[in-house]
Amino acid sequence: MAKGDPGVTSRGRRAAPRSKQAAGDPELVQLLTPEGERIESATGPDGTEYRVDFTDEEYRGLYRDLVLVRKLDAEATALQRQGELGLWASLLGQEAAQVGSGRALRAQDMAFPTYREHGVLYCRGIDPIMPLGLFRGVDQGGWDPNEFKFNMYTIVIGAQTLHATGYAMGVAMDGKTGGEDGEAVIAYFGDGATSQGDVNEAFVWASVFNAPLVFFCQNNQYAISEPLERQTRVPLYRRAGGFGFPGVRVDGNDVLASYAVTRHALDNARNGQGPSLIEAYTYRMGAHTTSDDPTRYRIASEVEAWQAKDPIARMKAFLDRQQIADADFFASVDEQARAESVHLRERVLNLPDPQPVSMFDHVYPTGSPELDEQRAQFSQYLESFEGSAH
Amino acid sequence: MATETLTLGKALTAGLRRALENDPKVVIMGEDVGKLGGVFRITDGLQKDFGDQRVIDTPLAESGIIGTAVGLAIRGYRPICEIQFDGFVYPAYDQIVSQVAKMHYRSQGKVRIPMVIRIPYGGGIGAVEHHSESPEAYFAHTAGLKVVTCANPQDAYVMIQQAIASDDPIVFLEPKRRYWEKGPVELDAPLADAYPLHSARVARAGTDATVLAYGPMVRTALDAATAAAEDGRELEVIDLRTLSPLDLTAAYESVRRTGRCVVVHEAPGNLGLGSEIAARITEECFYSLESPVLRVTGFDTPYPASRVEEEYLPDLDRVLDAVDRTFGW
Repeated sequence: MAKGDPGVTSRGRRAAPRSKQAAGDPELVQLLTPEGERIESATGPDGTEYRVDFTDEEYRGLYRDLVLVRKLDAEATALQRQGELGLWASLLGQEAAQVGSGRALRAQDMAFPTYREHGVLYCRGIDPIMPLGLFRGVDQGGWDPNEFKFNMYTIVIGAQTLHATGYAMGVAMDGKTGGEDGEAVIAYFGDGATSQGDVNEAFVWASVFNAPLVFFCQNNQYAISEPLERQTRVPLYRRAGGFGFPGVRVDGNDVLASYAVTRHALDNARNGQGPSLIEAYTYRMGAHTTSDDPTRYRIASEVEAWQAKDPIARMKAFLDRQQIADADFFASVDEQARAESVHLRERVLNLPDPQPVSMFDHVYPTGSPELDEQRAQFSQYLESFEGSAH
Repeated sequence: MATETLTLGKALTAGLRRALENDPKVVIMGEDVGKLGGVFRITDGLQKDFGDQRVIDTPLAESGIIGTAVGLAIRGYRPICEIQFDGFVYPAYDQIVSQVAKMHYRSQGKVRIPMVIRIPYGGGIGAVEHHSESPEAYFAHTAGLKVVTCANPQDAYVMIQQAIASDDPIVFLEPKRRYWEKGPVELDAPLADAYPLHSARVARAGTDATVLAYGPMVRTALDAATAAAEDGRELEVIDLRTLSPLDLTAAYESVRRTGRCVVVHEAPGNLGLGSEIAARITEECFYSLESPVLRVTGFDTPYPASRVEEEYLPDLDRVLDAVDRTFGW
């Protein structure tokens, strides 16, 4: 049995029947099988019925998102390989979890990402160039979370879950829950982060303050090299029960199910029903980052097994079989992805390096006389080279 | 103008109350800050008057206090976080150093974290371990944080309000052994006219040697100056008040006159504030110095058992001994 199979706990016992993880299987909410078969509805562990009702145009839109974020991600990986980015954390394999949850957000909802949520960022309508400054080393984020309803990437594992919790407490304190126009918050993190104190503290806080928050855990099976078994002995979604809120595991390679469970959880949160945990069961098809070498810690057959569950292939098969999209559509999406990635590449190469003295900017909102002095001295030092041979 | 005699602790309470009154976005959060009013009663009565949405009893998790306060700040709130004791701030250290301190920088000025982290600090109250530490150097060493400490009730009342009004994240260190010391407090003075937060102040003028102190050691330095005066030696005592950024303008001016300088703090000497201060004074006042800058500090041990803390902590005699040594150089 493959490592990380959803039906297996860390001790190798079967937690639930493995075959036909479909409607009625509380271990994995799925609305689109790896073969591209549509499942009408699926039942969560608490009896919630999940379904989606998309128009053909919306189905095609989701497919377009999946292809675009994968292509842009591949472009960023290539840019790193060519020395144009210092690092890249690829989302390869996790497109459905990110597009599904990202499209489930309403305009007023706030997202707190890790450093891998490029797909969510894309779904927020944000220019994909925005996070690339961080990976190129020309800035450290530099965007306004409140402008984009999408916080800066957080590198310290799990730290953002507390920020999301506090923000969600603020939403409740502002009286912005209860009803359709209520605000909800989503916190992204991975399976490794579930071992962090901050994440567990966030669970406690969100629970006791009934914060309008969705904890969205992309369980991609690995924390760099360490498999899920090093983080947990129980399925992650079940941890929610101990903290006093619902948890659900969704097929993270199924964009429809990811959308359905996230939309449901967000709406519960905005309606004042408090937090919940979604475990999006997926797989990191690539390396942790471009600095990583996954061949040292996982076997090819495992990767191949997950290749067969590819989120884009199943969506394409579904669109094709249902005649929702034709060859022209698929070709046009590929062409759009190609064009956008070329455009992205051009702009990355043109990102200007910051001026050295800019490192002194924005350390404090109200400034510091000590820093002003250091900046002045350093500027003087730099100027002393002007006109010299060096 | 209403001037009342208050303890330093009650002056802080009055300052917090005024901040809560003046800005609906100000919230207080921490362990036991609600009904109990905090273990030192600094938030006494505030939850009763402002409600449990403004004065929030939190779960017992320091990283959670600071981390959720970051989120509240992003949402537009101005959180005042109480860390119950100095030795309990370390679980929150990552959030303070990696998140609070860097948010404004990383966002190129687009995210402000107007947070005040109140920490009762220092020894002298006979406490068990982890309740008497002086962690100021950790925070002063971190770019993006400002660090201040008050030494008397008037400053406590004003500085806490200034810190709350500031858009900078500020670690506000409260000298817990001085919580019960009384002094006059002008309660109605407009904040805008107050002495600036990030400025040191001469606490006692003198001509023969300069003693620099902050927080709980200002009282000790002033007592030493009183004793020295009886021996005919006039010490100038400067209350540094702001530890990051340091304001040594008054210190430089003083040392250029006196030629002698002693820095006093409770924290261990190795890589403490005194080291930085001594280096800067040496750079700025080299030709005026009659002796090296000397430090009187806690020792480079863990904070000891309370039965020997009086020996660990700098006191009047150790300050005077150091002053004597500057004259014997």
